[in-house]
Amino acid sequence: MAQKNPNLITLSSGEAFQPFRYSVGLYGSRFFAELKDNKRLMGVRCPGCRRVHVPPRPVCGPCYKRMEEWVEVGPLGTIATFTILRFAFIDPETGQKKPVPYGYGLIRLDGADTNFQHFLELPKDGKVAIGMRVRPVFEESRRGNLRDIKHFEIIED
Amino acid sequence: MADKPAIIGVGQTEFGAPKTDQTFADLTYEAVNAALVDAELDIKDIDNIITVSNDFWDGRTISSMAVGDAVGAAFGQGKNISTVEGDGAFGAFYGLARILSGSYQNTLVVAHSKGSEGDNRLITNAFFDPIFERSLGMDSVTAAALQAKSYMEKYKISPRQTAMVSVKNRANALKNPKAHLREELDIEDILRSPQIAPPIRRHDACPVSDGAAALILANEDFAKKRSGKPVWVEGVAFCADAYRLGERALWESRALREAAKKAYAMAGIADPRKEIGVAEIYEAFSYQELLWSEELGFASPGGGGALLESRVTQTHGELPVNPSGGCLSAHAVCAAGLVRMIEAALQIRGDAANPVRKPKKALAHGQNGLCGQSHCVWILGAN
Amino acid sequence: MAKRVAIVGSGQTNHMGSRPDVTGVELIHEAVAKALESAGLTRDDIDGVVIGNMDHFEGINGVELWSIDGNGGFMKPTIKLTTGGTTGSTLAIGGYHLVASGHFDRLLVIGWEKNSESDTTGAITTAFDPVWDRMVFAGAISGLALEATAYSQKYGVTGKDAARVVVRDRGNAVKNPHAHVRKEITVEEVLRSPMISDPLHFWDMCPRTDGACAVIFASEDVAEKISPKPAWVWATANRHLYSMAGDVEFGSLRSLELAAAEVYQKTGIKEPLKEIDVMELYTPYSYAGLSWIEALGLARPGEGAKLLWDGATDMGGELPINPSGGVISTNPIGATGLIRAAECALQISGQAGERQVPDVKVALSTGFGGCYWSDILMYGAKKP
Repeated sequence: MAQKNPNLITLSSGEAFQPFRYSVGLYGSRFFAELKDNKRLMGVRCPGCRRVHVPPRPVCGPCYKRMEEWVEVGPLGTIATFTILRFAFIDPETGQKKPVPYGYGLIRLDGADTNFQHFLELPKDGKVAIGMRVRPVFEESRRGNLRDIKHFEIIED
Repeated sequence: MADKPAIIGVGQTEFGAPKTDQTFADLTYEAVNAALVDAELDIKDIDNIITVSNDFWDGRTISSMAVGDAVGAAFGQGKNISTVEGDGAFGAFYGLARILSGSYQNTLVVAHSKGSEGDNRLITNAFFDPIFERSLGMDSVTAAALQAKSYMEKYKISPRQTAMVSVKNRANALKNPKAHLREELDIEDILRSPQIAPPIRRHDACPVSDGAAALILANEDFAKKRSGKPVWVEGVAFCADAYRLGERALWESRALREAAKKAYAMAGIADPRKEIGVAEIYEAFSYQELLWSEELGFASPGGGGALLESRVTQTHGELPVNPSGGCLSAHAVCAAGLVRMIEAALQIRGDAANPVRKPKKALAHGQNGLCGQSHCVWILGAN
Repeated sequence: MAKRVAIVGSGQTNHMGSRPDVTGVELIHEAVAKALESAGLTRDDIDGVVIGNMDHFEGINGVELWSIDGNGGFMKPTIKLTTGGTTGSTLAIGGYHLVASGHFDRLLVIGWEKNSESDTTGAITTAFDPVWDRMVFAGAISGLALEATAYSQKYGVTGKDAARVVVRDRGNAVKNPHAHVRKEITVEEVLRSPMISDPLHFWDMCPRTDGACAVIFASEDVAEKISPKPAWVWATANRHLYSMAGDVEFGSLRSLELAAAEVYQKTGIKEPLKEIDVMELYTPYSYAGLSWIEALGLARPGEGAKLLWDGATDMGGELPINPSGGVISTNPIGATGLIRAAECALQISGQAGERQVPDVKVALSTGFGGCYWSDILMYGAKKP
């Protein structure tokens, strides 16, 4: 069929790259400052439904109310769901193939009502399940972004 | 139009760059709340939502995902929502259609952009065909320069005439607290500013702004019952020209002419120059205000410069153009066309920051693509 | 006054993994030409064009303008709608409203994608929040794996149950000349394929496809002149509930439940399994074929698998699902949701060839994408 025709040319965009400077905003900036300086994880509580949102953001979507009450959450949490990535793909953040396998999951930090996405360290026995307890492992030197947490590790509870 | 929809609420952020303290969601939330306050409505009164954004400008696939919560998509049990990519004036058209379809009483239309977060040149280079054109390194400014050159040579439009557009619009912006650039310029400032792509100089070009705009459209029934200050939609049309610049006569815009013709017919306008009381035109570059004015029927072909010199388009002229300061004073891509509609509506209501003599009909214009490949024309009215 | 709206024609490319023999514009034109032919119309008859895809798959900014030679929009109103995976269904919903508005009598609606032109997973990953979600995310597959983990643990559903969905859809695809993957598969073959993101195997997932689909929406003033059996659009609804992945309530697809409730309410459907004759569902992976039919009210929570094993959703069953072979067989992303609409219309018009379900009076299609968002359209043979 068509794709086997040696006369067909494709043009590579090469290392085409679009750089961006994404604003973290006031809420995100405060979260990362607390993470960097105090190893504290913070959420915001909705004045309507009282749910605590992590990551923090100004608006509660379902209530459409501005959230201003900051509360500390975690650092311990529970696995809400997870997967283990086993196929290689181009990481748009680096342009390189992402090293696999890696585990990641949605973590319900204690005191939060939404989930926080992060890497999960895979235990040697391979046993991961919804409901397992986890704790964050912080980087020694932190720069104020999501990678200040290396990953979450499963703990006995 | 057979059914009479109306604009019943408008809101915009201040425009500027970089707005690092506000994410896309923060900007849209601010604009939507402003529009709700203006309309004296609550989010629960809103039937459905259209967002407007662009994945390239936002550096994000499914750019609308960033603002769903902030525009109220998740409110209650969730609302029907969709997304138009490109300029907000086109997004508003889809919002209007969702009312006229009989499905909804009203539509919230929201557009956002943060030009400061990406690389303007690379993003607009991606408008060009990757196989035959992109590697030449063109972008929206160099493309506009080709159009400016061909238009100005064809009709002997002088750099002084195009510079006068910037003088007028930047002076108007001094009265608009939402504008991004608010400093007075004289003609020499513009003619002495650096060439960025001849014949376009720095002050012939719009800034690249961060900001958001929101507008609430409603059907006749809802507008009459719930709004104290409806601005009626009398006509709207849009049209797209050929893609490649080489296939268009760049000194004219048949797509704008066609869109205007249809919108005027719908609104029953025979002589736009006399019947329209104010126009908010999407002029990303100074020459565009002249060229688009011609295609909108405000002047004969090549007569845009003379129209400007006759002072007709000044704030207190017979047909003021861009009393808000236009895109030359604030230009958040995607939001810009919606801002034109908002400013035109505010003029009809008598609520504009830089009011013109109270107009009966106002024109708002949006564009998409390189050198205005696609245009959208709205006619708004008081009655 | 608002107009009633019908689908009166459609065209699809023969979908494939890679189409280096055509540019995107040419691919679009293939579908458009077929759609016009199916309706006996020419470009001159069309009074507007709506098109959509996902920008970062091909790296083209302003696709509606770039593709104007192929999409038929030259010197016509041309607009782009895009919402990620739901783009195709968003386009169909847009086609409905734009025609119903009275502004268009014959509107060309086009969805397309050349997924072969970029790294699909990398491009989808950028859909998620750059600050919070992107670091761990691995495109649609990883997100769907999270859902599969939660759903299967909640209800004790197995990989074998999920594979039954793949067996059905792939079996149906054999009879669809447009389908991309046209080869039957067994439960064992699905389970033996490599694990790519636990619990999903390679064959639990949709392929990535190059393809385009064009659909002509017409107003009641002209629909019956164009098509002897137009497919009338009865209702549309959608829910784009979430902005951040961590907010999603896993275990059931809430957005689809809410959208379904809205269309059923609008159309008076009380027992969807009995009252609807065929469904084309945007189920991009196996478990969706179980969980999401529960969200549509076809089975109680956790009991979707039983319906599958009973054969109720097979061709010849009570409610055939995905006679086209579905998304698991064909997935040109920006077109995928629109193909579902085109296939429903073909079923109602009796033009679905070997994949025809007998005597279809009511059909339903869905779209899925973004952050677990859902779109639904319902169609009928009867004018609403």
